[in-house]
Amino acid sequence: MDFALSKKHLLLQDLYTKFATNEVKPRAAEVDEEESFPHDTVAKLGRYGFMGIPVAKAYGGAGADNLAYAMAVEALSKVCATTGVIVSAHTSLCVAPIMENGTAEQKEKYLRKLATGEWVGAFGLTEAGAGTDAAGQQTTAVPDGDNYILNGTKLFITNADAAHVYIIIAMTDKAKGTRGCSAFIVEKDFPGFSVGKKEKKMGIRGSATCELIMRDCIVPKENLLGKEGQGFKLAMQTLDGGRVGIAAQAVGIAQGAIDITVNYVKERMQFGKRISQFQNTQFELADMQTKADAARLLCHRAAFFEDKKKPFASHAAMAKLFASEAASDITRRCLQLHGGYGYSREYAIERMMRDAKITEIYEGTSEVQKMVIASHMKVN
Amino acid sequence: MKIIVCIKQVPNTNEVKLDQQTGTLIREGVPSIINPDDLAGIEAALAIKDSLGAHITVVSMGPPQADIALREALAMGCDAACLITDRAFAGADTWATSSTLAGAAQLLGYDLIITGRQAIDGDTAQVGPQMAEHLGIAHIPYAEDIKADGEKIIVTRQFEDRYQLLQAHYPVLVTALSELNQPRYMSVGGVVDAYDQKEVRLLTYADLETFVPVENIGLKGSPTRVKKSFTKSPKGKGELHQVSEDEAVEIIIQKLKGHLIL
Amino acid sequence: MSKDVLVFCEQRDGVLQKVSLELLGEGKKLANTLGQRLIALLLGHEVEALCPSLVSHGADEVILVDDAHLRDYLTEPYAMAMADVLNEGNFEIVLIGATAIGRDLAPRVAARVKTGLTADCTSLEIDPETQDLLMTRPAFGGNILATIICPQHRPQMASIRPGVMLAPEPVADATGTVRRFDVDFSGLKNAVVLLESVKATKKAKDITEAKILVSGGRGTGKEGFATLNRLADLLGGQVSASRASVDAGFADKDRQVGQTGKTVRPQLYMACGISGAIQHLAGMEESELIIAINKNPSAPIFDVADVGIVGDMHKILPKLITKLEQMA
Repeated sequence: MDFALSKKHLLLQDLYTKFATNEVKPRAAEVDEEESFPHDTVAKLGRYGFMGIPVAKAYGGAGADNLAYAMAVEALSKVCATTGVIVSAHTSLCVAPIMENGTAEQKEKYLRKLATGEWVGAFGLTEAGAGTDAAGQQTTAVPDGDNYILNGTKLFITNADAAHVYIIIAMTDKAKGTRGCSAFIVEKDFPGFSVGKKEKKMGIRGSATCELIMRDCIVPKENLLGKEGQGFKLAMQTLDGGRVGIAAQAVGIAQGAIDITVNYVKERMQFGKRISQFQNTQFELADMQTKADAARLLCHRAAFFEDKKKPFASHAAMAKLFASEAASDITRRCLQLHGGYGYSREYAIERMMRDAKITEIYEGTSEVQKMVIASHMKVN
Repeated sequence: MKIIVCIKQVPNTNEVKLDQQTGTLIREGVPSIINPDDLAGIEAALAIKDSLGAHITVVSMGPPQADIALREALAMGCDAACLITDRAFAGADTWATSSTLAGAAQLLGYDLIITGRQAIDGDTAQVGPQMAEHLGIAHIPYAEDIKADGEKIIVTRQFEDRYQLLQAHYPVLVTALSELNQPRYMSVGGVVDAYDQKEVRLLTYADLETFVPVENIGLKGSPTRVKKSFTKSPKGKGELHQVSEDEAVEIIIQKLKGHLIL
Repeated sequence: MSKDVLVFCEQRDGVLQKVSLELLGEGKKLANTLGQRLIALLLGHEVEALCPSLVSHGADEVILVDDAHLRDYLTEPYAMAMADVLNEGNFEIVLIGATAIGRDLAPRVAARVKTGLTADCTSLEIDPETQDLLMTRPAFGGNILATIICPQHRPQMASIRPGVMLAPEPVADATGTVRRFDVDFSGLKNAVVLLESVKATKKAKDITEAKILVSGGRGTGKEGFATLNRLADLLGGQVSASRASVDAGFADKDRQVGQTGKTVRPQLYMACGISGAIQHLAGMEESELIIAINKNPSAPIFDVADVGIVGDMHKILPKLITKLEQMA
C-alpha cells in the first residue's frame, strides 16, 4: 500500500501542470465564450503525447498507464474542462476500445494516428431514445457484400465535429436485444456519414458536441470492432474506462475551483479583514478540499485496478459518482465565497460551476453509477 | 555531433518571499527548477539534433536531488545524463565548478558545449566562459540565436546596444540566453523513457581525476569565499507627499536617482 | 607583493562607457585607502584620444594596448591582452564593469590567471584588519546580499554593475602617465570570427520581465497612456495597466497587472492614476520601489507605495518628462 506517486508520475504531473498553465489556461475563457474547439491546443497535446497516454510505444503512444492518463485529464480540467473532456473522450471512448478489441490491422491503421493526435476520436452510443437506457438502440447495421450499411442518428457526441474516427454502436440483430449490438470503426469520410447540428450547451462549450447522422453509410466489414453481437458489452466496458476519465475531469474542476478560491479569499477584504480570516471561509475550504481529495483517491484507485487488469467497473462508478457530485457542490460553494465577483464572467468560477454539472450526466448519470454499484453489491 | 549541455537545478527565485517580520528568506516550499538560461540551452541542443542529428548528454553538478532536473532534460529528448556528485566537490565557487565540469566534458567528449549564461540563484555568468578557458577552447557568450551545421556554428551574440554575428568551428562552447528560444515541454512518452529506458550516470571525483587535479576542485580549488550573507532590511512604511507639481517632480527624480534608476 | 588597483576601462567604437568612469571613482577610493596607485587599462584600436579623460577622472597611469586586433570586442584577443597586463603587473585589485563585455571577459581572464572573481558587486570595501577587498553582491534573485572575499589569490577581481557607483567630476589639471603596452598577438588562436556587428535597441518585453513599469489606470485615459509610453521610453521601461484601463480599451490585455492579469515585481513600479483595488495590488505589491501618483489621498495604492504623491498625473507627468528630457 503506497499513497505516494512514483517519481515518474511526479515528473508527469510537473509536465501536465506546466502545459496546462501555459497552453490551456490562457485559452479557457475564449474557448468557453466562443464555443470554439481548440484545434491548435489539440495539435500541441498530440505533439507532447497527451492523445495517446496509455497507448503502447509500438503504436506511437506514450506507453504510460491509466493513472498517468487520469492525472493528465485532471490537470487539464483544472484550468479548462473542455480540454479535459476532449482528451478523455478521445482516449477512453475511441482509443481504448480499439486498443482492447482491435485486430492488428485496425490497431496499425487507427491507433498510430489517434495516439499522435493526428486524428481525433469520438464515440457514438447515445441516441434520442437511448440515453440511460442504452439498450434501446435504433441505429442498424446490415451486411451487404464486403460492407455493412449503417442507418441512424447519434446524439450529444463529444468531439463530433473535430473527430476523424468514431466508434459507432449499431444493431446487427434487433431480435437479440443487447446481444444484437455490434461496434464499428467509422471514418468521417465514409459515404453516407455526416455530422449534424451542434448542441448549444451550458458548460464544456468548446467540446464540439453534435449529432452524427448515418444514411446508408457504407462501412467495410474489416471495420467491425470485436465480434458481431459483442457491441453492447464492448460499449459498457468502454464506459467503465471512460468513467475514470470523467472522474478525473470532475476532480480537476473541483481542485481548480478550490485553488482559485484560495487565492481569492486571501486577497478579498471585507469588514477590514481578508475573508480568508473568517472561520466560515476556512471551514468551507477545508471541507471542500477533503471532498476533492477523497474523490481523487477514488479515481486513482479505479485507475490502479484498471492498470492491474483487475475488475474495476464498480470502482470507476464510485469514483465518477462521488467526484462529479463533489465537483458540482464544490464549484457552487466556491462561487458563493467569491460573492458578486463570482457571478461575473470576469472570473473563472462561474464557468467551472457550469462545466461541473455535465460530469453528473454524461458517460452514465449518477443514477446509472448507483445502479452499477448496487449490482456489484448484489443488492437487487 | 556530440553535444554536452550543462544545467543547474535552482530554486525558483521568483517564488522566494521575505518574511516581513524577521526579514529572512522563506525557502520552504520553493520549487526547484532547471535554471531558465540552461533550459534554453537544452532546447538549442535539441533543435540542432532535430535538424542535423546529434547525441546530447546533459550534465549537472549538484546534490543527488538534481536527478529530477536531469530526468526532465531526458524527458525533453536528451539522450544521456550525468550527475556529478561527490563530497569532494563541496564548497566549489565558479572557478572550481568550471574546472570540474571541464573534466567531465573531457571524459565524455564533445563537439559543442552549451551552458546557460547565468543561474538565477547566483547570477555570476562565469561558469560557461571559465569552463571554456579550462578546456582551452573558444566560447561565444550571450547567444540569442544559433545556426549550426556539421562543421561550424553561427551565433547572434547579444550586447546592450548591438549584436554581433560570430562564427566558430567546433569544438566551441556557447552560453545561451533564455531569450534564445521557447523551450519545448517534456513529452509524456519522454517522461516514461526518462525513467524506464534511460539512466542518470553518477560521476564522482574518481571518474574525473585523470582530467582534474585535486587542488582544482571543491573548496580547495575555490579562490573566493563567502564571508557573510544577509538579507536587506525590510521595507518601512512609505511616505506620502501633498506638494506642488514641481516639488513632486523633484521628489520623484531624487527617488529614481537614489535607487540608481537614473 | 601585489600592488595597485587596476580598472578595465571599456570603450565601444571609440566611445568610453560611463561605467568606466564610475569605476575609476570607486577604484580611486580603494587605492587611497590602501595607499596605492590607480591604473586604468584601455584596450582598443586608435583609442589613445581617450587617455586624458581617464587621467582627469583619477587614473595615475593609463596602460594602453592599441592594436588592430582589438578594434571590435572579441573575447580571445581581449582576454589575451588583459591577461598579459595582469601577469606583468601583479595587481592587488582589478575592477571591471558588469556589462555584456565585462561579464564575458572577466571570467575568462580570471580563469587564465587563476584568481577569484566576484560578479555584479554593489559595494566594495577594504577590510581594515586584513586589507582584503570585501565584495558585496546580491544573490538569490536579489533576495539576499553576500559579501565575498578572495584571501589567497591576487588580483582580487570584481565586476560592478553600471550605475551603482558615482562617476567623479573630472579634474582639469590632474596628472598621470600613459604607458603603451605591446601584446604579441602572433600566437592568437582566434577561433571566433566576427561576421557582422549591428547596432540595435531592445524590443518590447513581457511586462513580467521588465525592470521598470509605468502603469496606468482608468483615470489615465487614452492620452494619458501616450504620456506613460513616453515616460517608459525615457526610463527604459515598459507600460503596464490596471484591469479597468484594459477594459476601457486603453491598453492591451497582455499589459494587465493584477489577479486576473500578470504578477510583476520590477525594480520600479510607477502607478499613475491607479486607485489600487486589492486585485491590482496582489499583482504588484512585491515590486522593489513603488511610486504612486493619485488625486485621492486615501487611495489604497498609497498603502503599498514607498513614495506617494497626492496630485494629478496629467499635470505632474508632463513636467517630469520635460525634466528627464533635459537630463538625457
